[in-house]
Amino acid sequence: MDNHMGMQHGYDPGTEVTKGLKMARKILTEFDYGKVSKRSDGKTLREFEIVSYETEIEIARGVKFPGWTFNGTIPGPTLRCTEGDIISVKFTNGASHPHSIHFHGIHPTNMDGLDPIMPGQSFTYEFEAKPHGMQVYHCHVFPLARHIHKGLYGNLIIDPKKPRAKAKEFNMVMNGFDLDLDGENEVYAVNGYAFAYQQEPIKVKVGELVRIYLSNFTEFDLINSFHLHANYFHYYATGSDPEARPQYTDTIMQCQGERGILEITFPAPGRYMFHAHQSEFAELGWMGFFLAE
Amino acid sequence: MAQIQTNANYQPKDSKLKWIGFGLIPIILLICIVTLIALFGTGIKNESVAPIEILNVEKITITDAGFEVKIFNSGPEQIEIAQVLVDDSFWNASFDPASSLDRFENATVYIPYPWVEGDPHEIKFITTNGLLFTGEVEVATKTPVLTTNVFLQYALIGFYVGIVPVSLGMLWYPFMRRFSTRGIHAVLAFTVGLLFFLVIDTVEEGFEIAAEVPGVFQGSGLVWFGLVLSFLFLIAVDQANQRKTNPHIDSGKRVSYKLATGIGLHNLGEGLAIGAAFAVGEAALGTFLVIGFTLHNITEGVGIAAPLLRERPTFKTFVSLVAVAGTPAILGTWIGGFIFNPTLSALFFGIGAGAILQVIFVICKMIWKESQSNKYPLVSWLNFSGLTLGILLMYVTAFLVKF
Repeated sequence: MDNHMGMQHGYDPGTEVTKGLKMARKILTEFDYGKVSKRSDGKTLREFEIVSYETEIEIARGVKFPGWTFNGTIPGPTLRCTEGDIISVKFTNGASHPHSIHFHGIHPTNMDGLDPIMPGQSFTYEFEAKPHGMQVYHCHVFPLARHIHKGLYGNLIIDPKKPRAKAKEFNMVMNGFDLDLDGENEVYAVNGYAFAYQQEPIKVKVGELVRIYLSNFTEFDLINSFHLHANYFHYYATGSDPEARPQYTDTIMQCQGERGILEITFPAPGRYMFHAHQSEFAELGWMGFFLAE
Repeated sequence: MAQIQTNANYQPKDSKLKWIGFGLIPIILLICIVTLIALFGTGIKNESVAPIEILNVEKITITDAGFEVKIFNSGPEQIEIAQVLVDDSFWNASFDPASSLDRFENATVYIPYPWVEGDPHEIKFITTNGLLFTGEVEVATKTPVLTTNVFLQYALIGFYVGIVPVSLGMLWYPFMRRFSTRGIHAVLAFTVGLLFFLVIDTVEEGFEIAAEVPGVFQGSGLVWFGLVLSFLFLIAVDQANQRKTNPHIDSGKRVSYKLATGIGLHNLGEGLAIGAAFAVGEAALGTFLVIGFTLHNITEGVGIAAPLLRERPTFKTFVSLVAVAGTPAILGTWIGGFIFNPTLSALFFGIGAGAILQVIFVICKMIWKESQSNKYPLVSWLNFSGLTLGILLMYVTAFLVKF
């Protein structure tokens, strides 16, 4: 019997509060509601400002990634509004390549983000937010894989007019990073930083409703997944169909660009692991904990 | 154009000091230019776009506690290792002395990993700049620790590969002695054939190992430099000796010793290969190599004995020839098994190839001179057949050790 089988092993992300961890923490809980005003027609106008940059991102402890970002983070800011709001996103390209923002949802085709905005130029995307649910946005300049993989994406949450039940809410974007440009990711993460929520478990209260807005922007892999330990959750794919019966499960999968809403209640105190059920993704950074108290 | 000639009568009238000054001027100017370039750059954009980092994984030792990986920074800049991945999984690691390596600095990385006997494993290092460097374990098995027992076992392997076949080959000596001059030439041509194979083989093995040498040490260059310099060095030694001793032809004994030395260096290389195979846990390959090399090397004994056919060598001569040609295999097995270093190995292979090449040169000269004095054609059908047979035999027996 080899005596090395009983050894302590694995990966300990440590306790250091790094730049990358701070970014992941911020994206988890920050929602950008924009600058709100009333239009003459009575509709609510939400104005957002997004600038693209070339930003070096820390994607795992000590590992720097030459990212392309919306407002300096990967993923970009989580835009949030209510169905029927007019959203106006002023996009400025502060990077050296042409970029754009393509919003998912229902809107005029001339607001679709297919035209590249040249470096130094600005463009304002304006449309009515619909349907309610989980939308995403990303750069739609070719080559697509490069522009998306580099980090130009984020979540857009459109709340229904009748608000959802009160809950503790989190924003999560599943992503991956290909360091050597071989078309395979070396690091997988949620909100851009490997093992972020393993190092600092996400604190929740026992019995409280937890809502997670989850999307998948992992490039180069067909799908990504979310698996919760010791518990089940309700999953609303896209979250737009009020008639849809949610899936009650502990594991869901999403293709690139797919998204959905998870509603979880933690029955008892303890540490609940969550991770991609692709073991490889999990051990390469897509792994975390909820800490129910 | 007979203008250029040294004028022996020309005597500089200037002082010695001025003479030294003329020698110094280019050096001073050179220093000025280098300083200027260093200070102000070449005028071409200085910053490289991507960070230049080169990390070499030199040796992976497998222990009960996991992997011990020796890494070496051969790039121009300092490298900081941020993360270690084993088999596509982030893994804990500790560094001795540190995770940051200056240029030409070594470190040992300890990774407590539950490796699986017989499985391949892949270890990746991610630097802070997001660059990846990979080390491979082809077949995981515990690295042999240097004990007296292993030491002796390796010696035995070297004995099988080096000493046994060379001795066996020499047993053909009495049989070959009955050959005529033409027959002896054919045998010598046969020797040239097998040596020719060995040169090619040694150079190729050298290049194979050179691929693992850190770029900064120019592995394939080392093979070439070793080859050319050892070839010319041995020729220079030869010429110096010839002026002192018999001015005509090489004595058979001397050629045999040269042969034994060249083949010895080649056998050192074979020992390296076998030792390294055992060290990385490829025992099956190692055993196969032992059998293969033993059969393959029998011809070496024939080759070494061939130049002695017209002399009356003593038993002692045979023993010392076997020792010169065979024992390096033992040495090689030890080196390969315990302190394998691709840089030095590449150089050894180059030197070995050069030594063998020089022997080819000497034997060819010998056949040529004797053919001239006997009015034989140099490339007779017999000689050509001998050469072909030599190459063919080596080629066929090499099937046992090539994959």
